[in-house]
Amino acid sequence: MIDLPPYPPLDPSNYYLIVVGTGVSESVSAAAASSSGSSVLHLDPNPFYGSHFASLSLPDLTSFLHSNSVSPHPPPPSSPPILPSNSHELISVDLVHRSLYSSVEISSFDSEILEEHSRRFNVDLCGPRVVFCADESINLMLKSGANNYVEFKSIDASFVGDSSGELRNVPDSRAAIFKSKSLTLLEKNLLMKFFKLVQSQLAESDDTTTTTVKISEEDMESPFVDFLAKMRLPPNIKSIILYAIAMLDYDQDNMETCRHLLKTKEGIDRLALYIKSMGRFSNALGALIYPIYGQGELPQAFCRRAAVKGCIYVLRMPITALLLDKETGDYKGVRLASGQEIFSQKLILDPCINVGLESLSSLTDQQNETLRVLVPKAMINKEKIARGICVIRGSVKSDISNALIVYPPKSLFPEQLTAIRVLQLGSGVAVCPADMHVLYFSILCENDDQGIKALLSAMSNLIRLPVPESDSSVENDTCEAKPLLLWRALYVQELVKGEFGGTISSMPSADGSLNYKETVESAVKVSKAI
Amino acid sequence: MHGRPRKASKPEEEAASAAKAVKLRSLQSQFMTYHHDKIYTKEAIELSTKLLEINPEAYTAWNYRKLAVEDSLSRIGPDPSLVKPILDEELRVVENALKQNFKSYGAWHHRKWVLSKGHSSTGNELKLLDKFQKLDSRNFHAWNYRRFVVELTNRSEQDELQYTDDMINNNFSNYSAWHNRSVLLSSLLANRADGFVPEKKIPDEYEIVHQAIFTDPDDQSGWFYHLWLLDQTVNVESPLLTSSWPSHGSSVILSGAGCFNGSPSNFTTFCSETGSFPLILYFDQAVGGVSSLTVTLDSELKGNENLVWEPISNKSSQVSCVWVARLNFSSQPCGSKDYKVKVRLGNSPGIVSSRGFNFSAPYEFVFTAHVHDPAKDSQERIVSWTDGFELWDAQSKDLNSLVTLGQLNAGIDLKWRQAAIDSEIECFRLLADSKIGKLTLARLLMASEAMMSDAAVKGVHYEEILQLYNDLMALDSSHHHYYKDEHSVAFLHKVTSSSESLSRYLFRYRDMNNLVCLRLNKLSLSRIASVNKLLFVQMLDLSHNELHSTEGLEAMQLLSCLNLSHNRIRSFSALDSLRHVKQLKVLDVSHNHIGKHSVDTTRYLCSSPLSNSDLSQDDVRRQNPGLVTKYWDAYFVLRDLNLKQLDIAGNEIAGDEFNSFVLQVVPKLVWLNGQKPGN
Repeated sequence: MIDLPPYPPLDPSNYYLIVVGTGVSESVSAAAASSSGSSVLHLDPNPFYGSHFASLSLPDLTSFLHSNSVSPHPPPPSSPPILPSNSHELISVDLVHRSLYSSVEISSFDSEILEEHSRRFNVDLCGPRVVFCADESINLMLKSGANNYVEFKSIDASFVGDSSGELRNVPDSRAAIFKSKSLTLLEKNLLMKFFKLVQSQLAESDDTTTTTVKISEEDMESPFVDFLAKMRLPPNIKSIILYAIAMLDYDQDNMETCRHLLKTKEGIDRLALYIKSMGRFSNALGALIYPIYGQGELPQAFCRRAAVKGCIYVLRMPITALLLDKETGDYKGVRLASGQEIFSQKLILDPCINVGLESLSSLTDQQNETLRVLVPKAMINKEKIARGICVIRGSVKSDISNALIVYPPKSLFPEQLTAIRVLQLGSGVAVCPADMHVLYFSILCENDDQGIKALLSAMSNLIRLPVPESDSSVENDTCEAKPLLLWRALYVQELVKGEFGGTISSMPSADGSLNYKETVESAVKVSKAI
Repeated sequence: MHGRPRKASKPEEEAASAAKAVKLRSLQSQFMTYHHDKIYTKEAIELSTKLLEINPEAYTAWNYRKLAVEDSLSRIGPDPSLVKPILDEELRVVENALKQNFKSYGAWHHRKWVLSKGHSSTGNELKLLDKFQKLDSRNFHAWNYRRFVVELTNRSEQDELQYTDDMINNNFSNYSAWHNRSVLLSSLLANRADGFVPEKKIPDEYEIVHQAIFTDPDDQSGWFYHLWLLDQTVNVESPLLTSSWPSHGSSVILSGAGCFNGSPSNFTTFCSETGSFPLILYFDQAVGGVSSLTVTLDSELKGNENLVWEPISNKSSQVSCVWVARLNFSSQPCGSKDYKVKVRLGNSPGIVSSRGFNFSAPYEFVFTAHVHDPAKDSQERIVSWTDGFELWDAQSKDLNSLVTLGQLNAGIDLKWRQAAIDSEIECFRLLADSKIGKLTLARLLMASEAMMSDAAVKGVHYEEILQLYNDLMALDSSHHHYYKDEHSVAFLHKVTSSSESLSRYLFRYRDMNNLVCLRLNKLSLSRIASVNKLLFVQMLDLSHNELHSTEGLEAMQLLSCLNLSHNRIRSFSALDSLRHVKQLKVLDVSHNHIGKHSVDTTRYLCSSPLSNSDLSQDDVRRQNPGLVTKYWDAYFVLRDLNLKQLDIAGNEIAGDEFNSFVLQVVPKLVWLNGQKPGN
């Protein structure tokens, strides 16, 4: 950041909205505001679009994770945090950068190959992540026209894994149930019946004239897992529905560790998303799609849309301070790293931007109230997400390139409290060279060790670690089929919730879910309020 | 492609289609002129191209093009380099027409016609088909054409089977794919291609279709394939003889007009005015070619050297399940001598099923005949269906020796068939909560019964089958009639499954020398079945049932008294099969619905029978053409019967006019509606 080329001063210096950070939520908000005719300035401290949703080359990803990870002791600010602004009616409050990542560990096992291809990787920071065909984010893209800038490809298959290493197809459609070799005839019958019930439930809400079987109100309010048991679905099918179709994280059978017990109503909604996704686009094979060149394309698409509508973009431009009215404490503007002061009525910030605690004490109550959403809070819900990225040679399943794999709770080891999701992507979606695949892993966890341990367990289930030559002959038989690991990143990310505070809003970090449902919802909420 | 609701067209669309119609009409009239004048110039052909690209359904235009092609081919000679462009142009036109409507019969046919000329490359055809089958994977035109191309290119049937695999895996709701599979398998099994032996392949196929039926029991495409498999499992290709009368080892007592008194068993007594008795052969499928050449007779009864075999069938075809020959016994002296008759089938080829398979397993049976003096004629007495019946003596051993209750030819490889059916039964018991599950289970259990040869366990499934059909009737009212029919069939199979169960329905009729009467009344039967086991019956009570027709009874050549009162017979056409029962003397059709429905749909099936030239003009038609026209269906049935007693009361049609008409048609009638005519 020191080598930052001097920027010419921005003109104009007054906007309706300033957005800092180009993550999905920020970009959607910027696109929404500019389409409705507001003047928007969109800034990002990084030299690329996407912030925490970006897709980067391996070296860029490495340096981003390192620079955004928790450092033991941040250097104390050299200057007092609160200074008078250039204008005498205003005061400026310095901002601090909050690190989202911890336990970052990056290892390369074949640096030669990777160096050769290093720029051919587009690796997601927020993986594993896919888009459901019937996602709200797709609707939003179609509505805003952002779809013109992204192209998607199908995820070819999804599987359920367990400690045996066997990957079983997820029977998520009529054809898949028909073809499945792992289900018995009766299981096929029960599962299809259940899908039909869900479908008729969905049809019901569209068309009230039909008198099909309906799930009772009482059942709708009961836990989804109980409802599945009531439908006589055997445990293996229950687990497929809960974790590989409804994409739940917490063990629904364990009341002690389950932080979110899903109601039938919500379960049906999740299945509805999946079912509606299945047939939405005729050229998509299944329910899930992935943007070519990586998830980073999505925020970029919204940014382009916003730019078309007049939004002004400045990258490599951090903001250093907020400007408040001395008297009223109201938000007035920001100070850029270039020193220029820019004014706006509203402000939307990346989740990493906070106000230092030490500055709060010297502010008036009104000023504190304005900055409410930027105060770093003690995490009440100590939930984190552990993510892993592996670059491998070969594929975890022959003949299949893009695949989702789910390990339901307890499927890998008894202490596994939440589901592990794995997404394999290949050169078909332009994220890596032809003979390789990128694998993303994630699991919700309470602490770093727990998360990393689970990730490593899933990795060893699918991938062969490079072993010294002398040992290779011993393990050859068992590991031969598994693909070889070339590069690996492990990191734990904090889950920061977004907050809407009237003039200043803070956007959420990338969440623990597989799609953008909540991310987009929060952006839509904020945009509506603004 | 399927299941899309039709939308009402908008006004602008209607206007567009009207404009299109005007254009089309002018094109068409211009085209017709060319066609009429046999003009095959370039612009005339181009006009037809234009017409077909707009409307591929114009058959005449396709035919015109065929003529045009023939015309130009005749002028250019056999040089392939000149022929090919002409045919390629045709293929191009067809392809464009198919783009317009890929279900156009004319277009697909034209393409076949061009391809069969043999000058076009077939390489592109499968690619084109892939395109159309991607558009609509069930398009049966494409599948049909595919079979044509496959045959032309000698593509292997195994490859095609793999193709149906792929299509079915893609979406198993595809009748065309399943159908093609059955066609391919039939051929592969018939040719015994590598590994294609039924005992291995059929169980594999069951496994595949299970996946479809269990995944979605409501999807009908799998049902049909399962039904086809069941048919392959149960049916043996070559026809079999299932029963005969007289049966093997039996001895019959024959007498002339009137009835012989004091016979030990009335099963075996047969009285005939004509001095002949029927020899009945009952096959499991319709066969042709039964004659004195294919069925040989060693008979001590003289005068039966050149027997005439007649197929008993409502259609005047030369194939039938039932064949009858009449053996003469009148020339034999009465007395204590037993005449031995040996019947042999299948020694010389000629009996061929309608599907083209030979009756191959030679079979012979022997019976003895005893000729008695005719007793005093007692036929003047009225036959009453209300009293005079005595319970059958269940201990009687006659039944066992007389009625053929088992399968006659057991020489087929039943083992894998039974194993397949057993595993199917096991499988479908899991699906017994769905309609198709119940129906399939009932069918499987019936098939299992049909194959069972062990008398100890035979008949164990019938209670379950009947219960399944009862459940289905309650569950699925829209197919009530079908289930009812199947229920009746199962019930009759149960009745005839053993001599014990059959004897429960047997009675002796005192007034006719203890004639045996089978009383299947008040059983809500809607269909007749198992007739092959009832060939001996001479008196049959089917009253108080729900029968619509007498179909099936034609095989009962010994039947002389039949009660059909209180059924649902709607017209005399429904009694048509009785015309073959020459022994029938007593018929009760009272309290049915004859004449109730003014429009009898069966009338539409007959093309004005009164104008049929081979029907000789008889007295009745000359004297009373008006009544014959009015009651022609009654006329045709009654004319051919030799009834002595007829009850018609309680039908809409009954009345003075009809009664007098009946007496004209059947002048020998002794009793009409319980009264002597003329009294």
